[in-house]
Amino acid sequence: MGAAHSASEEVRELEGKTGFSSDQIEQLHRRFKQLSGDQPTIRKENFNNVPDLELNPIRSKIVRAFFDNRNLRKGSSGLADEINFEDFLTIMSYFRPIDTTMDEEQVQLCRKEKLRFLFHMYDSDSDGRITLEEYRNVVEELLSGNPHIEKESARSIADGAMMEAASVCVGQMEPDQVYEGITFDDFLKLSHHPWSSWARVAEEQESWALELVVWHWVWWPECPLGPWPG
Amino acid sequence: MSGRWVQGPRWGLLLALLLALGELPRARGVEEEPGGAHGETQGFQVVTFKWHHVQDPYIIALWILVASLAKIGFHLSHKVTSVVPESALLIVLGLVLGGIVLAADHIASFSLTPTVFFFYLLPPIVLDAGYFMPNRLFFGNLGTILLYAVIGTVWNAATTGLSLYGVFLSGLMGDLNIGLLDFLLFGSLIAAVDPVAVLAVFEEVHVNEVLFIIVFGESLLNDAVTVVLYNVFESFVTLGGDKVTGVDCVKGVVSFFVVSLGGTLVGIVFAFLLSLVTRFTKHVRIIEPGFVFVLSYLSYLTSEMLSLSAILAITFCGICCQKYVKANISEQSATTVRYTMKMLASGAETIIFMFLGISAVDPLIWKWNTAFVLLTLLFISVYRAIGVILQTWILNRYRMVQLEIIDQVVMSYGGLRGAVAYALVVLLDENKVKEKNLFVSTTIIVIFFTVIFQGLTIKPLVQWLKVKRSEQRDPKLNEKLHGRAFDHILSAIEDISGQIGHNYLRDKWSNFDRKFLSKILMRRSAQKSRDRILNVFHELNLKDAISYVAEGERRGSLAFIRSPSTDNMVNVDFSTPRPSTVEASVSYLLRENVSAVRLDMQSLEQRRQSIRDAEDMITHHTLQQYLYKPRQEYKHLYSRHGLTADEDEKQDTEIFHRTMRKRLESFKSAKLGINPHKKAAKLLKRERAQKRRNSSIPNGKLPMVSSLQDFTIKEKDLELSDTEEAPNYDAEMSGGIEFLANIAQDTATDSPSGIDNPAFSPEESPGILSGVPPWLCPGEAVVPSQRARLQIPNSPGNFHRLAPFRLSGKSVDSFLLADGPEEQPHAAPPESTHM
Repeated sequence: MGAAHSASEEVRELEGKTGFSSDQIEQLHRRFKQLSGDQPTIRKENFNNVPDLELNPIRSKIVRAFFDNRNLRKGSSGLADEINFEDFLTIMSYFRPIDTTMDEEQVQLCRKEKLRFLFHMYDSDSDGRITLEEYRNVVEELLSGNPHIEKESARSIADGAMMEAASVCVGQMEPDQVYEGITFDDFLKLSHHPWSSWARVAEEQESWALELVVWHWVWWPECPLGPWPG
Repeated sequence: MSGRWVQGPRWGLLLALLLALGELPRARGVEEEPGGAHGETQGFQVVTFKWHHVQDPYIIALWILVASLAKIGFHLSHKVTSVVPESALLIVLGLVLGGIVLAADHIASFSLTPTVFFFYLLPPIVLDAGYFMPNRLFFGNLGTILLYAVIGTVWNAATTGLSLYGVFLSGLMGDLNIGLLDFLLFGSLIAAVDPVAVLAVFEEVHVNEVLFIIVFGESLLNDAVTVVLYNVFESFVTLGGDKVTGVDCVKGVVSFFVVSLGGTLVGIVFAFLLSLVTRFTKHVRIIEPGFVFVLSYLSYLTSEMLSLSAILAITFCGICCQKYVKANISEQSATTVRYTMKMLASGAETIIFMFLGISAVDPLIWKWNTAFVLLTLLFISVYRAIGVILQTWILNRYRMVQLEIIDQVVMSYGGLRGAVAYALVVLLDENKVKEKNLFVSTTIIVIFFTVIFQGLTIKPLVQWLKVKRSEQRDPKLNEKLHGRAFDHILSAIEDISGQIGHNYLRDKWSNFDRKFLSKILMRRSAQKSRDRILNVFHELNLKDAISYVAEGERRGSLAFIRSPSTDNMVNVDFSTPRPSTVEASVSYLLRENVSAVRLDMQSLEQRRQSIRDAEDMITHHTLQQYLYKPRQEYKHLYSRHGLTADEDEKQDTEIFHRTMRKRLESFKSAKLGINPHKKAAKLLKRERAQKRRNSSIPNGKLPMVSSLQDFTIKEKDLELSDTEEAPNYDAEMSGGIEFLANIAQDTATDSPSGIDNPAFSPEESPGILSGVPPWLCPGEAVVPSQRARLQIPNSPGNFHRLAPFRLSGKSVDSFLLADGPEEQPHAAPPESTHM
């Protein structure tokens, strides 16, 4: 299953499932093999081999998201121990660039999927709500890259954000009303702005570099783990 | 127009003014007046008229005055300015004034000279563009911008020049003393889209950011291409067509890279210097803004001196330094820089357009050739459109956000030519370029056509095409957080998939920036608070604060801030982060960014002052009891800031604190839905008991954590808050709290006068003692002030509404202590030394 090479049937099947082109699938497969050390599956430890990832403040959350059953579309909670190439592609397909051939509806769907990925990352206990605790946790990690920001301020920011979310989603609260957490619908509401919302952030740039990488793979197909030879 | 009274600026007005001013006695007078008729008088003159003495600066000042007054004139009629772009109006005004001057003097006395334009008028505009460049947008679209700027400009120049030459060969233009190289030279100077014109027109149109940044970025970056093409062809023309060799062409290509990269490098070097200098200006705050202007101007001059692209240099100087400079200089300086830069840029722009009009009124420069003029107009429009379409077709294969047909139309149509082309064409040497006057007049026609006609029609066009408009939006904390998370995810995905993409590069860059650049270039205090999320947080709080004050203004008093009886209403209004009740004027202010808001707040605050004073009288008694004196002790601690924060700022900070707490508290009560009543009572009891136990402690520092302070506070007390580094409050908040907790535990405190005043109990709230930040512990632990307790019915529902307000008292505590880690060494001594 994990070996997509030679079996063009399989590649075609993956193309249909993930929307990647066969070239992209091959590239990703090469990368997958690098990461896994030629094993059919990747475990969490394999991600330790990616040197650039080390500086990422929410590294653990991202790696975890790769093994999240919700993202793998395999269940409503829990973590997988290891993922095979198809799972890897599934995760990657969340971040597939928006295709020019897509119609508006598909674009919206694609965005929604990205948001769902993010939502799942926030909602670590899979209960469909981002609670204050979870939100704080994320913000703390997000800001942990800056050594000058201390935990408490991260917390207060999360509190502020949560308050904002509550006021956007619920509006005027009754005195004894309790806002339990951000549901996915609320989450969408918070980013409903289609044009300049942060959901577009991922798309607002060109993909020059993407092409560069393709060339790069053409020229140095056997490069080691790092993106450039050497 | 409003400038008509400036008839014959030399005589009519001047004489009138000078006669009025001449009343002033002038002791030592050397006679040299062209206006007077008594130049041969020998004796002592009570009044002398020295026109020549002041002539030049006087005329300059008058022109500036005329241009500025004209702007006022335009905006008297909203109808006109909403339809006609200001640049077009200014050109027309210039034409009228030029006509008047010509009629009066019979010679065109004034015109826009290239020296004035390039040395004095252009730099402020470009610096302004660079300094306020939205960096992320710019670099995110850099590839597109560069393609348009380089290939697009070369394409425009080549096709326009060659086509004109082709038509010339066909004989349609009649007999002209002109060669291929002259046409190419003309093509290269007319090809470039002009930053000044684009800015002037597009700022009024409000297209979406991506479209704007592409057109605008192109107009800025094409300078290098223009300069090189212009220089190359000018030297070719000088050499003569037959002597141009292949080597010269190669040299031309090489010089393009040298000019563009060199200019950029000069800009970056100066940006580095500038950032470094502003790091050490702490004690010379007053001249701080000056460095920004002087050093960036030097970057412009330096690259001009090295014959590199000066526009690129100053643009990149602005782009690169903005982050560090904004972090380093004080808030006031930042405001000064902002406004000065805007003022200079907008003034320069006004003068440029007016003088473009004036310069056109000169019979000597006009040489009309209908075919040439019309064909030029046709070619530049058509080739611009073709170029845009071709390039966009290529780009769209790589871009994630496609440039649609509509965008392409606007981009083609927005290719305005402007003063740069004019200045370049005027620079031509008549001996080398025989048909200089034809070029000059054609350039003027082209500029007028693009600025006036296209400028007029682009707005309806944009509306008709339904181009996506830019939206003025308030930043949302959630969006920032998610955006940040997404950045990290994307860069991680790129890491994992082994791609080098924008996110990868940005990630690497920000790591590099954080590790090295910021450490070198930023003040240590600034390093801490420079986080965009924190800034948004701060910004939102400030906005709340402003709406808070505005709300008070609306009611005619700020009493509600202090008076608990109106509390309910206030909280109803402000329980949403961005209240809709804010008046139009205020919401307008809110769209400005923080510094602007701060500035405008000061005027609000001034009005607020008078009301305050009256109320202070009433609360004076309360104040004297426990707030006033102990606070004074802390005054001296803040002398280290060099600048004595004025009272308005302190009040800004006060409001900032108050509302910051309010935000958190109202959230908290909304979120956690705590029933405050019982807990409050219980905690109050416990605290009182504890206080009595501790009451023997001498007058310590804890008075500063009085719950009353934020609404009954005296101005001088506000010294406590570090106004200079407002964003630090949240950043260092936790430190402050720990600090507070430490003190609470170590010194076991009490109120200064030993009075068992319930107002002081919050300082010992269990939340603090147990290390939990105050807003996380049940807010009702705070005991209401005496006044409040008298007035508030303690029903739970009511309590909920009140909670944010009352708790805001405590908020100040923690935020005032926000400097805790830094202040600790300073703060410690007073405990023993004072009282």
